[in-house]
Amino acid sequence: MKNSLFHLWQTLFGDPVRAFGVVSLLLVILLAVAPAKNHFSEWRHYQKQYLALIGSRGDAVTLRRHFHEHDGIQQIWLPQLGVVDRCTTCHVGLKEASLSDVSTQPFRLHPVIPHTLDQFGCVMCHRGQGPATTVEEAHSSTLAWEEPILPARYVQASCGQCHRAPLTGTPQLNLGRNLLARYGCVHCHTIKLPDGSAIKPTDDPPSLEHIADKTTREWIYAWLKDPQTYAVTATMPNFKLSDPDARDISAFLISNSTPVAGDTALVSPSSKAPDLAAGASLYGESFCASCHAVQNAAGNVVGGDVGPELTRVGSKVKPEWLQAWLRNPRVYDAGTAMPHYRFTDSQLSLLTAFLGNKTDSDLLANVHLDAATPEQIAHGKLLVTEYGCASCHEINGIKKSDNFAPELTRIGSKPLTQIIFLPGMTHAIPDYIAAKIRQPRSFGSALKMPQFSLAPAQIDALTTALLALTDRAQDLPRALTVPAKPPSNYQPAGKAGQLMADLACFSCHAINGRGGDMAPDLTWEGSSVQRQWLQAFLKNPGTLRPALIRRMPRFNLSDGEVTELTDYIMTVYQSPAFDRDSMPANGYPPAQVEQGKQLFYSKYACQSCHIVDTKVDKGYVGPTLTQVGSRLNAAWIYHWLKEPQTMRPGTIEPNRNMDDEDARALTAFLMAQKGSSKQEAKR
Amino acid sequence: MKRRRRILLVLSLILVGAACSSKPGPASTLKPTGFGVALVESSGGKQVGATGMVLGDPLVVQVNDEQGTAVAGALVEFSGPAGVSFDPTSGLTDSSGQVSTNVALGSMAGRYQLTAHTSTRAQKSVDLKIEEIALGYQQEVGFQLDNKYCARCHNPESTPERVSNYDNLEVKPHPFTEGNTLNKMSDADLTAIISHGGPALNKSALMPAYGYTLSKTEIEALISYIRLVSDPPYHAAGMVYAQK
Repeated sequence: MKNSLFHLWQTLFGDPVRAFGVVSLLLVILLAVAPAKNHFSEWRHYQKQYLALIGSRGDAVTLRRHFHEHDGIQQIWLPQLGVVDRCTTCHVGLKEASLSDVSTQPFRLHPVIPHTLDQFGCVMCHRGQGPATTVEEAHSSTLAWEEPILPARYVQASCGQCHRAPLTGTPQLNLGRNLLARYGCVHCHTIKLPDGSAIKPTDDPPSLEHIADKTTREWIYAWLKDPQTYAVTATMPNFKLSDPDARDISAFLISNSTPVAGDTALVSPSSKAPDLAAGASLYGESFCASCHAVQNAAGNVVGGDVGPELTRVGSKVKPEWLQAWLRNPRVYDAGTAMPHYRFTDSQLSLLTAFLGNKTDSDLLANVHLDAATPEQIAHGKLLVTEYGCASCHEINGIKKSDNFAPELTRIGSKPLTQIIFLPGMTHAIPDYIAAKIRQPRSFGSALKMPQFSLAPAQIDALTTALLALTDRAQDLPRALTVPAKPPSNYQPAGKAGQLMADLACFSCHAINGRGGDMAPDLTWEGSSVQRQWLQAFLKNPGTLRPALIRRMPRFNLSDGEVTELTDYIMTVYQSPAFDRDSMPANGYPPAQVEQGKQLFYSKYACQSCHIVDTKVDKGYVGPTLTQVGSRLNAAWIYHWLKEPQTMRPGTIEPNRNMDDEDARALTAFLMAQKGSSKQEAKR
Repeated sequence: MKRRRRILLVLSLILVGAACSSKPGPASTLKPTGFGVALVESSGGKQVGATGMVLGDPLVVQVNDEQGTAVAGALVEFSGPAGVSFDPTSGLTDSSGQVSTNVALGSMAGRYQLTAHTSTRAQKSVDLKIEEIALGYQQEVGFQLDNKYCARCHNPESTPERVSNYDNLEVKPHPFTEGNTLNKMSDADLTAIISHGGPALNKSALMPAYGYTLSKTEIEALISYIRLVSDPPYHAAGMVYAQK
């Protein structure tokens, strides 16, 4: 052994000349390693493949010239964004429009997006390791680099890093952000935006301070065990409580509740059986379904999602409470989105009976609770504190704790070393977030996060919204971000303001940036409509758009209330863009009216969407115009025809670039549509 | 004694090695208890979704026997082009003969042909082709614009939320899926009719001009959406390349 080693040494380095030769040879080989590695590198291989691919195409010469303008390693360097991308070294054809039929990677054409590669690079949207020059290191997480490529299903998250407002092209991100606020995630988890504000929840979990007025302990128990058995649309998550825990929490909540005066007033006893059909039609006329859903026999949920689902409401609420609530919901909950309908006593008993009849005998069939002991109540209080119920609900004597759950402001960039993955899970942030939302307790049965019932698309949307919360999103220069419109806390003043709060106008209408989108924006309503029409409408809302299923309900307003509201709207909600009185309501020359009619039916063909003559016209995309001359203001019509989007941003009425003469003639024609005298008389 | 220990050690090493190297078994370890001869689509075909994302509705297929009655317990496997994922990838039919799966399409916009597969008792394979459409960013924008501005008239189907105006129009608009008509119109024609209204192409004035409402980019997005959903599929005219 020793001998042979010595022999080898002798052969190689026996004499100085030979040693010199051998060392030189080794040196040459060593020196050749780097160029060889370069020569056989992956990216050269892809560039060669690309050349072969384009060689057989019709525009090979052009493509080759583009390629040779910058071959070798490519880099996009954007110091302001912190981008160093070499992806275009292999992804050579990203900008070659003629490669639209190529489907093999890495040579595909990049689909159309609103940004250019040179402005944004690749990792801004796709993540991954920009500076890497091998496939493995660029796309996957390696020991040194842990940021893998973002899967395509979450790519909208990247838009959300800069864009805080909803975008047309990112429905999934928009949905995810809505869900974050709507499913109450942000009650427990703080999410701060780069400007320092926090995302606010948009759900309004009910206060539990007076819960015993509203419902029974048995219902609370059944609800706690599985909220979705009561209502499939319930956003309340399942805490997977054991029977004794649910028993104790329900005991605590009932014993902790304080009564509200009026909730216990007896339901006016009726001698005859309740008229359910009349109740059903009152439910329909009051347009309760605009906000409340009911599950029909086929299992479909029909109705709005502003208020809670009412499929089994009779099994939940006490009739006394229900009647008091329908009489004036603001007594029980001052901030509720439910309007204060001025129902008459007979209407109240009709609705109470109709809703009370919506029961499900199975719901509470197996719930048998013995009287609560003080120990159970004390244990219930402990559980309520531990599970953070007060993060969402107001509960007497229990304070909402700040930072109840981990803050999620930078969850999209959470270092992988800080995450405990489940066995078999891909070690990547998106997989972790999705798994956490899908089944929070799979990460440990002692965890507090409850089980939400979400569809796969909703889980993807939430994951997308959370993935947008990255270090980059927080640290980008402010000039490069597109902030959302600041939330409006507009509050109408005075008596009318109180009346609008009482009627919950903002649940459906938006004014000055605050409010819902179910009904038209009323910011310039005073410039738009005529006083008499508004007064009549508030008293008895008619139908402007026959095809809509959601309409303005009748609140039984008093004359004084109607005048109060009308005065306020006509005075305050005025557009500064034009003078309301600049055009007359009547007295247009017949020739001009006739010219307007011609324009209406031929040049602009307005009848495709609007009805002026009920005998001939059929379009019902836009509002019916049979009485538009008694409804709208002439100057408003004129300006609306000229620039509809300026008058009401987002309206689908197309801007026809109308000249003055046409707009004036059409205004004259429309102002002549006063409605039949019969309809007038009816009012 | 020592030797025995060594053998044990070697054996256990081999076992550990085998356990580590064994690949996870094929997804379908399900054993079919029923066999049918035909596969039909119940729902979830021809959906329009976004690239890489889970389609709104699950894909549901049904296995039938010779008499056309539903077969329970038949094994159905789903497959599709690269990038498409199914959850689950296979399943046994329920008592009504149906299997349901959630589909996420690949990352490229376009049409995806999916296959549902089952075997007869005689191991003859039965395939069902289902087509879904994935919208890229541009087409997604077009889809949203269609929903807002166009569908009220161009989509004949009504929902309670949106009643179609199609039947009320004297001259019927072309639904965007009507490839036989729309494929014959060039991008320039479509741009003209959207921007300047029907009269631009000697068509009905009931189609209003949107050139002052929609931007150039939005009109391009709309056209790219129309091209993607047209049936039969649209093929852009252009250079024909030598194929290898």
